[in-house]
Amino acid sequence: MGVSMPTFKSRPITLIYDIPNSKTLQFWDGLKEGKVYATKCKKCGKATFPPVADCSDCLSSEMEWFELKGEAEIEAFTHIIIRPSSFQQEKPYTVVIGRLNDGIKILTWLKGSKLSAVKVGMKAKLVVRSNSEGEPIYMFVPI
Amino acid sequence: MVKKVAIIGVGNSKFGIRQDVNIAELTFESVKPAFEDAGVVGRDIDLLVLGSVGSGGWYEEMLPAVIAAEYCGLTGAGLLRCEAACASGSAAVFTAYSAIVSGNTDLALVIGLEKMREIDTPTTMELIGRAGYYLWEFHNFGMTFPAYYALYATSHMAKYGTTEEDLALVAVKNHKYGAMNPLAQFQREITIDDVLSSPIVAWPLKLYDCSPITDGSSALVLASEEKVKELGIDTPIWISGIGSSSDTANLSKRLNYVGLRPSVIASQRAYKASGIEPNQVEVASVHDCFTIAEIMAYEDIGLCMKGDGAKLIQDGQTEIGGKIPINLDGGLKAKGHPIGATGVSMMYELTKQLREEVEKTRQAPLNKYIALAHNVGGTGHYCFVTILRR
Repeated sequence: MGVSMPTFKSRPITLIYDIPNSKTLQFWDGLKEGKVYATKCKKCGKATFPPVADCSDCLSSEMEWFELKGEAEIEAFTHIIIRPSSFQQEKPYTVVIGRLNDGIKILTWLKGSKLSAVKVGMKAKLVVRSNSEGEPIYMFVPI
Repeated sequence: MVKKVAIIGVGNSKFGIRQDVNIAELTFESVKPAFEDAGVVGRDIDLLVLGSVGSGGWYEEMLPAVIAAEYCGLTGAGLLRCEAACASGSAAVFTAYSAIVSGNTDLALVIGLEKMREIDTPTTMELIGRAGYYLWEFHNFGMTFPAYYALYATSHMAKYGTTEEDLALVAVKNHKYGAMNPLAQFQREITIDDVLSSPIVAWPLKLYDCSPITDGSSALVLASEEKVKELGIDTPIWISGIGSSSDTANLSKRLNYVGLRPSVIASQRAYKASGIEPNQVEVASVHDCFTIAEIMAYEDIGLCMKGDGAKLIQDGQTEIGGKIPINLDGGLKAKGHPIGATGVSMMYELTKQLREEVEKTRQAPLNKYIALAHNVGGTGHYCFVTILRR
């Protein structure tokens, strides 16, 4: 039952998915302008992030967009050392869940803080920065 | 009148890195003993429900239920595969149980199967990391499974003062029992220092806070009360109640990060279905995919107050001789965690416990003969709690 038993290689497969985002395009376009948008249901008023095209509460598909701003408080964090295969090129990164003043919570990276300074309860600001592939992503930075 | 359902035959493969077998052969290792235990063969079975997640991902076959059926002589039975992430095994048990309760069938086979070691570890991390919400939490942020639970750990530590040493105690306990279980992937005891000095995976979780990546299969034969009588089964283990629940795909939409709400709800539903209170359970398997998960499970399924989970492990209350012994097979942590097999394997273990057939050193003392399996899928995305009675 060791690790060197006889095996043979399967045929390889590469999967790359085309993920539709036409219904949340304002969010993706907003990132390019440095803004983070969420959605609010026009019918029942439920605010949602990540943005959605359809309301899970009242099932309306009439949404309006609003920009997320303000301070967040960090509710949970981790420093990811062992990375998945598609993040091998990244240095270890810190992921947090931050709660904005209006109650919306966001899971994203926290950058620009010493590891030892990251704590539950710390304050952070939501910003848009480029990732290592040059794509704009939202993240937190310390205040 | 709701029909009663019993587990009448159980089998479990050796867990570990099983490069010596393909998925069909690995499945056979648990199905054969389950059949022999129950005194049935494949052609007696009306329905096969297989829990597995990795088809076409961790392993090469897309239709494992069909392959398992052909290889184990069940072709012609009704077949399906259940997916509830790491709770797929319990979901498979629930499905077969429901088919018997409804009168649709009298004899069903449940298989839990996973083969996770045919691909490299970073790719495995990638696939499991995607098991949340790929679009919003993986694509740009590279979440991993240890990282999801590490978020809960930091929050639990901040709110309740739980420490890295407390987490390590869970690993030490589960390795202790794993060392007594010949089926377990890890066969040696470890110390708190071993855990604390192991490499960081996703802070505060270290290598020894994490369940391993495992190949394994487990199988149960389920029967109606009539079938139990017809077959003359000596010691049927009755499925006394099942509860299930779920939480959001996005972790960001969860209420808090100090417990898994679906564990609370699923366990309450299971206790109600079974007509018992948490303090009547005498032995349990809880979902210790990471050490923090076991501490949260104690609290969430009502074995102690919220925030007191660490105290339970500190006081040895979840070892043999304590208030309620937990994960006496080594748990996911030491027995191994072949995702789709885990829920079925929990019931394999608890059936053996209730029949008093496990190794003497890890046999729970029983009086009421009530056992509980708590099986979480994803990061609390799914949860099934199953109560068994002799």
